[in-house]
Amino acid sequence: MSALDSKIPAGPLAEKWSNHKAHINVVSPANKKKLDIIIVGTGLAGGSAAASLAELGYNVTVFCYQDSPRRAHSIAAQGGINAAKNYTNDNDSVFRLFYETIKGGDYRAREANVYRLAEVSGAIIDQCVAQGVPFAREYGGLLSNRSFGGALVSRTFYARGQTGQQLLLGCYGAMNRQIKAGKIKVYNRHEVIDVVIVDGKARGVIARDMVSGRIERFGAHAVVLGSGGFGNVFFLSTNAMGCNVSAAWNAYKKGAYFANPCFVQIHPTCIPVHGEQQSKLTLMSESLRNDGRVWVPKKIEDAKKLQAGTLNPNDIPDEDRDFYLERRYPAFGNLVPRDVASRAAKERCDAGYGVNNTGKAVFLDFKYAIEQLGRDTIEKRYGNLFQMYEKITDVDPYKNPMMIYPAIHYSMGGLWVDYNLMTTVKGLYSIGECNFSDHGANRLGASALMQGLADGYFILPYTIGDYLAKEIATPKINTNLPEFDEAEKQVDERLHKLYNIKGTKSPDHFHKELGHIMWNYVGMARDAEGLQKAEKLIAELKEEFYKDLRIVGDFTAMNNELEKAARIADFIELAALMAKDALERNESCGGHFRTEYATPEGETQRDDEHYKYVSAWEFKGDKEEPLLHKEDLIFENVELTQRSYK
Amino acid sequence: MSENILKELTLKIWRQKDAKSKGRFETYKIHNISTDTSFLEMLDILNEQLVVESKETIAFDHDCREGICGMCSLFINGRAHGPDDEVTTCQLHMRRFKDGETITIEPWRSGAFPVVKDLIVDRKAFEKILQAGGYVSVNTGGVPDANSIPIANDKAEEAMDAAACIGCGACAATCKNSSAMLFVAAKVSQLALLPQGKIEAARRAKAMVAKMDELGFGNCTNTGACESECPKQISISHIARLNREFLKAKLQD
Amino acid sequence: MSNFLTSSIGKKVIMSISGLFLIAFLIVHLSLNLLLIFDNSGELFNIGAHFMATNPIIKVVEPVLALGFVVHIILATILTIQNMKARPVGYARSEQSNNASWASRNMFILGGLILIFLVIHLYNFWLNIKLPELGTPLEITTVDGVEMENAYLMVSSLFKNSVFFCMLYVLAAIFLGLHLSHGFWSCFQSVGFSNKIWRKRLEWVGYLFAIVIGVGFAIIPLYFLAGFAG
Repeated sequence: MSALDSKIPAGPLAEKWSNHKAHINVVSPANKKKLDIIIVGTGLAGGSAAASLAELGYNVTVFCYQDSPRRAHSIAAQGGINAAKNYTNDNDSVFRLFYETIKGGDYRAREANVYRLAEVSGAIIDQCVAQGVPFAREYGGLLSNRSFGGALVSRTFYARGQTGQQLLLGCYGAMNRQIKAGKIKVYNRHEVIDVVIVDGKARGVIARDMVSGRIERFGAHAVVLGSGGFGNVFFLSTNAMGCNVSAAWNAYKKGAYFANPCFVQIHPTCIPVHGEQQSKLTLMSESLRNDGRVWVPKKIEDAKKLQAGTLNPNDIPDEDRDFYLERRYPAFGNLVPRDVASRAAKERCDAGYGVNNTGKAVFLDFKYAIEQLGRDTIEKRYGNLFQMYEKITDVDPYKNPMMIYPAIHYSMGGLWVDYNLMTTVKGLYSIGECNFSDHGANRLGASALMQGLADGYFILPYTIGDYLAKEIATPKINTNLPEFDEAEKQVDERLHKLYNIKGTKSPDHFHKELGHIMWNYVGMARDAEGLQKAEKLIAELKEEFYKDLRIVGDFTAMNNELEKAARIADFIELAALMAKDALERNESCGGHFRTEYATPEGETQRDDEHYKYVSAWEFKGDKEEPLLHKEDLIFENVELTQRSYK
Repeated sequence: MSENILKELTLKIWRQKDAKSKGRFETYKIHNISTDTSFLEMLDILNEQLVVESKETIAFDHDCREGICGMCSLFINGRAHGPDDEVTTCQLHMRRFKDGETITIEPWRSGAFPVVKDLIVDRKAFEKILQAGGYVSVNTGGVPDANSIPIANDKAEEAMDAAACIGCGACAATCKNSSAMLFVAAKVSQLALLPQGKIEAARRAKAMVAKMDELGFGNCTNTGACESECPKQISISHIARLNREFLKAKLQD
Repeated sequence: MSNFLTSSIGKKVIMSISGLFLIAFLIVHLSLNLLLIFDNSGELFNIGAHFMATNPIIKVVEPVLALGFVVHIILATILTIQNMKARPVGYARSEQSNNASWASRNMFILGGLILIFLVIHLYNFWLNIKLPELGTPLEITTVDGVEMENAYLMVSSLFKNSVFFCMLYVLAAIFLGLHLSHGFWSCFQSVGFSNKIWRKRLEWVGYLFAIVIGVGFAIIPLYFLAGFAG
């Protein structure tokens, strides 16, 4: 049986959260003042948690690697945030949002967590509006909604194509208020590298001051990781350049289980790769699929001409266009979930119908929407996205169809947490993209913002109290304890080890190599043979990395190369675990597509009998294989079916 | 979208070891850059070249590389975020440059933005201004239903125009007076336009302006340079609203 | 209103109000001066000048006007010094012409040049009227039976006899026009009287006003120099 206790409360689904809240412990205001909490990361999850916990009276210390909390990568989320408000009167409800999220995640998420998420979703919108987030509005003054992939109702709230930015600035404002009040202390340009555990409880972190290069220690009664996802393991992704897994990965090495590492999301609408020197991929919001139609040519000879650059796509008549999403999925059409849309694009391109010089792109065409709604409406809805597209590609998307291709976007996997968002290490919490909890094997669009804010505003502030209520007698954490000495020494040694290799190749070189391996063998389509090859290649790369890495610059000073190298060292280890997890999961589900397990139509073929579980990996030491724990998923409120969007 | 190759570029880049050291310009040559390369990717390539030569790489701020986080900066050929309009440095592409060109790259220059290293500056001053009052004072929970606060579409849109600020600092960096008025105005104006923010509008305007002045930014002389270099095209009409809000607040004192 | 004057916006508001006051003065000044070219006999101008010199309201306004100048100049100096201090290390390369008009970037220099002109201007005319013991006393003329100083003669003889002064006055009018091309609109912006719609209007009115004032003042010396006054 599983060693994992998910602590899901008993009782009917709809009452679990309220019952749970009613029965957990609460810390008195006087005692909150005595308790310290460390939060790593200032995105929607970390930022909202920091503000809410500080408002409650806890002393909060926050870390971010950027020069300001406002720059966390949540800021780049474009399309919107879901909430079961039913403002559009299209029969939305908490249950429908819950159901669509579970189904979208291909039945690999916990029912109780997802239901809670749907339950608090409405309050998030209320909160953000109260903070002054300028959501889009109808002329009557009420909030406007748009549709998103994988949903049959319009429940997505948005602020132009900058929803993430506006939500983050809202919670950054709330943080600023608490910083001024002295309840939050922010450490900008600090990279948290390790978690310190004292007597089995998380009691602090070790961080590197990225300006001075000094390694510092910080203590607290509880530690919260909101450090985001690990998409950058693929080098090219829609993540920001600095996004990294180090805090979460080192927490894993200190005893927090890592769940579903093979579940990563490939986003279907990104600007295609153009060359070897490219450093990142730019996402074009999924909301574009509301009005854009995805197509490739029907005739292979047209595709060949497009690839050679001898044919203008506008010259291909409608009857020669293959609107393959509308053809394959008439019910959802262009709005199928991300994993489905991504695979369909790959399928067409692999068959030779790609439309750019690399053959790895499909069209997203606004011609029809502009004809129907007028250019002004389209400009209002997507103006900034169109401008961004033109700046990058030098092509005007009002006149020519956009070219898009799938790219790594989000990690559904992450640190394993129980219903209280606590990891397997006591007092160590994980929120937002950093944990694994709510999206199963595929996340629906506009749900990441919802989850981050749900965790930070409305879940963690309750559940952490349950733990901290037992800590009120614990005095301020003394950072001179031997555990802190040891952790700091380890970090210092680890960094020195990298610094002293004095090889010939830059950190970026290894990162790119790792990215190639991951994209080719642990990417959109996987198979046992490829995954085994990936394991071998990753091991070889790791060996080379520790032999031939070159870090220029000083050790105790600002040093971007050292920062990158430390992150890549962790990514390489994570990559191995991802391959292992993908190899172990002999089924296809959501973003995890094993070509051996597909339906005749090329859809994911789940194996609920053998794989209806969360894989949670326990670190057993650098030389040992990690140990797999399985948390069986129990579905009492939805029926497991083959996901169909036809 | 035709790709061209820039055979040689000369880069004059500001190098400075740390905040205390004296800086200087260094000149670098870089070859065979595709015009489809972004400006920061060009710097990545240069850094890769420096690693090969065992020289210290050039430090510059960047993160999202899609023009929204506001981390990237750089004064390129005399202009904040380079020669292109309405973009951040990370969205600038090499197709804006000519083969054989000399490109001068400097950090933001402002007393309130001290250089940290090479091209990286410290923008904590902006943080402090927002901490002074750039928010609506509401706690989590207990707020009214979102649709109970109707807001006219045009007001919401105008607030959104101002809220688009990414806090990159181009306004203060480009202003001949090094004034932070556009940055301050964007937040004051956004919140003054919305009923949620109106309640403490007076307090906010006074507190944020006082903090801005205290931090050593210059005074606005309405040249409009900030607006034309703002990657998010924030209008100086918001500065007019800030002036109005400030005056209103002071008249009530 | 505590600390209003020490705040950046407060100082700008005062700059703006004093500027608007000086703009009002310029309108009166130019209207009066244009009498110089509408009546070659000089009678109209002399009546106007006499009125300005003797009217009690004008007498009260005069020191206020002087104060307006002083405040405008002192605040401009303080603001400029602060602005220079705000950027201790400058850019090696700066392409400011791309994003702001030349006049808007050089208001202090334009203002300084206008101030230098003002001193000369006061020496040329004001001194002779107000402190005749230090300058050249004006001749007395009689218009409609009223004895008054012949200010027309003083002005016309200066411009008829000196190409240098004519050019100086034309140049000063150009500087003034440039100063106003930014200053007019800027006054409204600084007190907050502007938005997306009004900005365009105010800018255009500002340009128009700058042209009227600049051209208006410039044609007077040219009129005399060209010999139109006979």
